[in-house]
Amino acid sequence: MRRGGAILPFFVTGCSGVQTMMGGEGAEGANFIQLFTVFMIVCTVMYLIVAIALIAAVWRRRNAALTLDNRRHHESSNAVRPALIGWTALIAVGLIGLTIASFFTDRSNAANGSNPQLSLTVTANQWWWDVEYSSPDASKTVRTANEIHLPVGIPVEIKLKSNDVIHSFWIPNLAGKQDLIPGRETDAQLLPRKTGLYRGQCAEFCGVQHAQMALDITVESKADFQRWYAAQLQPAPPPANPLQRAGYNYFTTRECGSCHNISGTPATGQVAPDLTHFASRRSIAAGALPMNTGNLYGWVADPQSQKPGNRMPTVGLKADDLHALVAYLETLK
Amino acid sequence: MTPAERAKQPPAKVPRDGPDLTGPELHEKLEATWENPPGFIGWLSSVDHKDIGRRYIVTALVFLALAGALAIAMRLQLSKPDNDLIGAARYNEIFTMHGTTMMFLFAVPVMQGMQVYLTPLMLGTRNTAFPRLNAFSYWMYLAGGALLWVAFVLNIGPDMGWFAYPPLSGPQYGVGKRVDMWAQMITFTEVAALAAAVSLVATILKQKAPGMGLARMPIFVWATLVTSLMVIFSMPSVALASGMLLSDRLVGTQFYNPVERGDALLWQHLFWFFGHPEVYIIFLPATGFVSEIVATFSRRTIVGYPIVVMSLVATGILAFGLWVHHMFATGLPRIGYSFYTAASMSVSIPTGLQIFCWIATLWEGRPRLQVPLLYVIGFIFTFVIGGLTGVMIAAVPLDLQLHDTYFIVAHFHYVLIGGAVFPLLGAITYWYPKATGRLMSDRLGKISFWMIFLGFQLAFFPMHIAGINGMPRRVYTYPAGMGLELPNLLSTIGSLVVAVAVLLFVINLVVSLRSGRKAEPNPWDAASLEWATSCAPPKYNFPHLPIVDSRTPLWDAGEKLPVVHGLRVEDREVLLTTVMSAKPDLREPSAEPSPWPFIAALATSAMFISSIFSPWAVVFGTVPVAVALTAWFWPKSPKPEREPVIS
Repeated sequence: MRRGGAILPFFVTGCSGVQTMMGGEGAEGANFIQLFTVFMIVCTVMYLIVAIALIAAVWRRRNAALTLDNRRHHESSNAVRPALIGWTALIAVGLIGLTIASFFTDRSNAANGSNPQLSLTVTANQWWWDVEYSSPDASKTVRTANEIHLPVGIPVEIKLKSNDVIHSFWIPNLAGKQDLIPGRETDAQLLPRKTGLYRGQCAEFCGVQHAQMALDITVESKADFQRWYAAQLQPAPPPANPLQRAGYNYFTTRECGSCHNISGTPATGQVAPDLTHFASRRSIAAGALPMNTGNLYGWVADPQSQKPGNRMPTVGLKADDLHALVAYLETLK
Repeated sequence: MTPAERAKQPPAKVPRDGPDLTGPELHEKLEATWENPPGFIGWLSSVDHKDIGRRYIVTALVFLALAGALAIAMRLQLSKPDNDLIGAARYNEIFTMHGTTMMFLFAVPVMQGMQVYLTPLMLGTRNTAFPRLNAFSYWMYLAGGALLWVAFVLNIGPDMGWFAYPPLSGPQYGVGKRVDMWAQMITFTEVAALAAAVSLVATILKQKAPGMGLARMPIFVWATLVTSLMVIFSMPSVALASGMLLSDRLVGTQFYNPVERGDALLWQHLFWFFGHPEVYIIFLPATGFVSEIVATFSRRTIVGYPIVVMSLVATGILAFGLWVHHMFATGLPRIGYSFYTAASMSVSIPTGLQIFCWIATLWEGRPRLQVPLLYVIGFIFTFVIGGLTGVMIAAVPLDLQLHDTYFIVAHFHYVLIGGAVFPLLGAITYWYPKATGRLMSDRLGKISFWMIFLGFQLAFFPMHIAGINGMPRRVYTYPAGMGLELPNLLSTIGSLVVAVAVLLFVINLVVSLRSGRKAEPNPWDAASLEWATSCAPPKYNFPHLPIVDSRTPLWDAGEKLPVVHGLRVEDREVLLTTVMSAKPDLREPSAEPSPWPFIAALATSAMFISSIFSPWAVVFGTVPVAVALTAWFWPKSPKPEREPVIS
């Protein structure tokens, strides 16, 4: 904290800002910045007091005689008692102030989620996110994976579940984290305030690929969100050329379809990410690779070298099958 | 005369120390009585607290070096984004081993080692209250540490984090024997820590020098008393937790399995109910070092002795009411969180008071800037940062962001390295002459201090930034372009500086053993009893047990320190005093050296380790343990008779 001033250049030069606590694009994220600033100021002041007192104490009599004064080694000057009382009062007042500030921020955060207008369920798996926008009308339910689209300015309630171990749901630009615990249902409230592209990441160690369990977040205008939602409700487009057709055939008749679902096709696996609109996403394999043709080839050909330990096996595709699969997957906009 | 013959002598005829039996003649007799038996068996049989303490400290430093090497490996992997030096699975093993080793095999044992070494000397007695239990404790610790590291080398080491949250550590996801190795290592260290703690508490309460009432005990002894009681109250919680985990894994219970109506969060409550006090079990002895060093090098008594003592006790109690602040993100009721926020923040009051007392002592005294005091000053500068970031993460809205990020990594390294390792290095420099008879090199000491201090800031301060820029903990890699490159590179460079500095410290330790300046009994002109005997102390610690009538006996009585006369010299005997005011109470035989604690530890280890592979080992393994314990406790003293009053 002594170097508090040095923090600023880090933030400025640092990041593209997609995954930072200093973004403040959500209501809770903004509250965090405010409260953090208050704590930072109080803590810096306290630190300076300690540091100056310590330096002064060591400096004061550094050249004094080196002998031990037998008669006076118990005595203290009169300044000690008032200083002690002052210091104790300062700590107490500071702590009470910070505790109250913390409580009020907490209440404000709780209020953000009091009136949700959109509800979705995020289920964590080793090592990807299953996302479902529920609707009373089953035909209006959207299922996707490793991405969340949110309309700006609308309070959202997210139900959090886990299918295996404990994970933690964290989109620092929008809000703090919330664990997903098997056997329990937890929830998070988000109130995004600015449109933009953000990144979330699992924040509880969940096994070998904990580091590669990210989540792409798009906060967009209400109109854009509705367009996206409508597109997601569509089934996958049919293959348009022979190469895509070959990929479609491979996908729906061989290994892929037993784990992955593509709506509108015979591939209805439920244990891996839904791929119906896979090619419209920003990344592959829960943020492990940016979405592009090269990475898609790499991933489909050998997922185990890209994200070692993940649940998708390297099946040893022939070159023709690989070309066909990639061509087909790229149509899943 | 054999012990059996001596036992038949009327008590009045047994030789005792006193004005007639003093000087070299007394030394010869006591040395013969308190010596270890010859040879390797004798070495294994030692129950001398100085041997045990030294073994504890040296072993813990070896584990520090091993875990430090793992830290360097992690820093190299994280030095740049998308690095592929270490793969995901190996990295997870490495951070698990790093955390586990540092917490269970370095930090707690090294503090207990210092306590076992120093406490009897500071109290003016000849050995701990249960010397054989103490020896057993060390062997159990060694076996547990060896188990973990042998498993790691054989590639069956744990990989689920030092906190081992189920279900990841449960039978469904933690397949193989990796988690069992970890959980059983916990059992070993529990037994070791509990055994040492019980012995220390009994020693402190019953073996203080006559006149050393509770209010005259050195502050380090107070810290030892508080932490030992904390060990006794917190270890059962982790014993229960790891026992339930093992039984989930080995015999099919379902305590933590949500599918069978177990509860994954149960583990977190039990683990952190131990895990948070654990931090103070590491930190409070360090504050004890600081209080001793500050007083000695300021050349005055500590300002506010009662405040420091009450702060230790208050921290020890509050430590048990904070564990939920590790669980703010688990979705427990918010109203409950408020309580834990307030409780967590309130810990900074006693700590703030201690810091006040240290600075006031320096202010009122005439500080001598020698290496141990440098470490204390470095400690205050560093630890206070960790304490203040601790205040930040006590606030729920802040913690929900900062939790499980590199900000936390920075926070607890500031607390544990700044708060415990810096004082420890100062303490080792300070008490080194007591243990070895020679002083450490001052020049090398200063160089390594500055390198450790500055290297530490370079290694760990940028981690705050990395965390705020969105870097979670326990990741083997991170993507480029998120503002994480620079902080991580700086951290890696800093960690290398620290590694070199620690190496210099170790070189200083080894070289000074042979070529350091010879130490007088009291080279720093300190006030407490351990400096009343020679450097290094004889096997029996003190020729005549000292009597004290102030908190600073060596400053007040100096050479004329009054002593006790009348203890047996041909049998191991210690003096028991009353708990509160330390009036002489009883004479008590002290245990002879024995190989049985070692054998009992071997038998217990065999039972623990084989139980990983078959639950029946718990049944059959008890037989050798029972045999070893029977031999250990075989009664041999005859009926006691009245003995003369001690003068």
